Amino acid sequence: MDLRYSPEDEAFRLEVRTFIDENLPADIRTRSRHGYGHRKEDIVSWQRILNKKGWAGYSWPKEYGGPGWSPTQRMIFQEEIMMGNAPEVSGFNITMIGPVLMQFATQAQKDYFLPRAANLDDWWCQGFSEPGAGSDLASLKTAAVRDGDEYVINGQKIWTSTAHHADWCFALVRTDPHAKKKQEGISFVLIDMKTPGITVRPIISIDGSHHLNEVFFDNVRVPVGNRIYEENRGWDVAKFLLGNERTGIARLGKSKERLAYAKELAREVVQHGKPLIEDPAFRRRAAQIEVDLKALELTQLRVVSAKKKEAGKPDPFSSILKIKGTELLQETSEFVVDIGGPLAMPGWAKELAAMSNEEPYWPDWAPAMAGPYLMLRAASIYGGTNEIQKNILTKAVLGL
Amino acid sequence: MDFELSEYQRLLKDSISRLLSDNYSFAARRGYMQEANGWSGKLWDQYAELGLLGLPIDEKYGGFGGGPVDVMLVMEEFGKVLALEPFLASIVLGTTAVTLAGSESQKSMILPAVAAGQTKLAFAHGEQQARHDVTDVTTTARKEGNAWLITGSKSLVLHGDCADKLIVSARTSGSQRDAGGLSLFIVDATAAGLVRRGYALRDGSRAAEIALTNVRGEPLGAVDGGLPVIERVIQAGIAAMAAEAIGCMETTSAMTLDYLKTRQQFGKAIGQNQVMQHKAADMLISMEQGRSMCMLAAMMVDEQDAEERAHNISLAKVGVGQAGRAVTQSAVQMHGGIGMTEEYAVGHYFRRVMTFEHLWGDSAWHLGALAAKIT
Repeated sequence: MDLRYSPEDEAFRLEVRTFIDENLPADIRTRSRHGYGHRKEDIVSWQRILNKKGWAGYSWPKEYGGPGWSPTQRMIFQEEIMMGNAPEVSGFNITMIGPVLMQFATQAQKDYFLPRAANLDDWWCQGFSEPGAGSDLASLKTAAVRDGDEYVINGQKIWTSTAHHADWCFALVRTDPHAKKKQEGISFVLIDMKTPGITVRPIISIDGSHHLNEVFFDNVRVPVGNRIYEENRGWDVAKFLLGNERTGIARLGKSKERLAYAKELAREVVQHGKPLIEDPAFRRRAAQIEVDLKALELTQLRVVSAKKKEAGKPDPFSSILKIKGTELLQETSEFVVDIGGPLAMPGWAKELAAMSNEEPYWPDWAPAMAGPYLMLRAASIYGGTNEIQKNILTKAVLGL
Repeated sequence: MDFELSEYQRLLKDSISRLLSDNYSFAARRGYMQEANGWSGKLWDQYAELGLLGLPIDEKYGGFGGGPVDVMLVMEEFGKVLALEPFLASIVLGTTAVTLAGSESQKSMILPAVAAGQTKLAFAHGEQQARHDVTDVTTTARKEGNAWLITGSKSLVLHGDCADKLIVSARTSGSQRDAGGLSLFIVDATAAGLVRRGYALRDGSRAAEIALTNVRGEPLGAVDGGLPVIERVIQAGIAAMAAEAIGCMETTSAMTLDYLKTRQQFGKAIGQNQVMQHKAADMLISMEQGRSMCMLAAMMVDEQDAEERAHNISLAKVGVGQAGRAVTQSAVQMHGGIGMTEEYAVGHYFRRVMTFEHLWGDSAWHLGALAAKIT
């Protein structure tokens, strides 16, 4: 047993860090650090920089144009991306639809879609959740009725992240409403977002940002050839998709970055005539976060290392990573907003736009400070709520 | 990075696990507590035969030359059954001190006898007034002619009641809380002027208060240079006992899970209630996070950079301590009334984990140490 990174892994980490330092535009980095979400054009241009380097499909094998990295290297790569405040590689494109295509698609589909996914020529979104199918995803109702060589799709998806940017949507639709088990009547289809009959309506989030959408399908015609895998076997595809790369879900690098940022701010912010970082209560909270980060980091290494041996099998322990990882994302972003205090309270966005020509009269770190804290309340809800993760642990590990 | 056990480590774990499952039922343990020393002499001899007592001792001195991960594996197994024998006191704390600070002749005199089970060591450092302050030592040693004479009192000396030799810390210069001026001495447990008062801790394991009046001691390591050794002994103790605590958590978790599946209320197993299921999932999460931190501690025992070592051991102490509280408190809660009783094992595991938490700096103390270093 040796829990240290190998010298090769350390060298790899340095290589990734150096590449990010040298290639990530400074304004993207600063905006991310201050808590602004990444803009679409920033995400696209950064992913193309990575793709040029051969790193965009970071979890892909070499035969599909990926770098063929080990699970440890992938983990290091993700961590460095987050700690370096670079836009994260599109999860929809790389870790969700990419592996699904590799596993289930025709050669022609692979040849067409995979390079475009790596280069973000196509922005993918995920059409899974519906108003009546959240945690109970298999209850989905959006109907696909066969009409010759096409499916006619009617229904509604919700909480569709970045659908307003998307070129394509991978979706679960009901092809057999009479199946005995609700999981058995579902198919997995690829939908071109330019198809007539699709309406995307924004849902503005708790932080004021536009990230989520409702997507309505009104007699949307999709070629049967865009179905992935067999008809009524889409649930198997969805399970495969959700079982992939769950170790990345802890987003440990982001929490590490938030803690580092919190300490940096606390050296600047003064209270009672002293930098906040000298306040014992602040220091104690930072120390507790460091304990929890270290435990999660090691648990993540254990899961990644177990994965090396049993590739392809979903590990229920990744539910632990999801729960603890999202708790830390929330705790660290809360820490940052607590440091800002009153200065983090104004909803500056409109005023910022209106006064862009004036001298700023607030610290440059303040305006977006509360954003990540507000938005990350979603972390324990998305990707299977933390309560659902506990159900998984209960059944798969504890056998209750 | 590699979380795999070696062939040797698997064999070690299996053999100790088999020995303990054959000999350490909860009822048998109760019997061992009634023996003269408060633990099983017969099993101690068997540990010696298995080579366990020489596990961390260099092969040169009749040991197996094992490392902290080997110790971790053994301690975890001891924790699962709440083993009472003085492995931690003698084989971890005692031999760490002798190995780090002993002269060639001290090592060859003491370590082979320890590995053979003939000599038991104890580490007599803590004092009643010191609480968690490692440098707070009032016991003094002064030189008279060629002899060092030690006077003072030591508290909560683990298995100090049965030890043959004590490793005693004493002040050879400086004042009460100085970091400098501390020294270690080897003291014969039967030496003139030494009085021991043995007692059981809350968890049933044994300890002693030790009073010394002009007791002869032999310096172990550099006079006035004892603190770095004391710190490393304590760090090795934290890592080992963290593994024992993980073993305790494993058994309490398994017992709780079993109880959830069998205990019927309102016409169904109580484990069918989602509120209980989620509490059980929380226990699992805490235990696994604790286990990660226990591995961290084992990995750091031999770290050469003292600051790095202290920092990570503090992280691990907090992590395992908090996990231990969460897991054992939940275990008692989910058992209901039966979990509160002396006759049922869960409460005993609860108390052992409580002891771990309060030795060598509790979570609050180590958090404070970590907080103080933030820049």
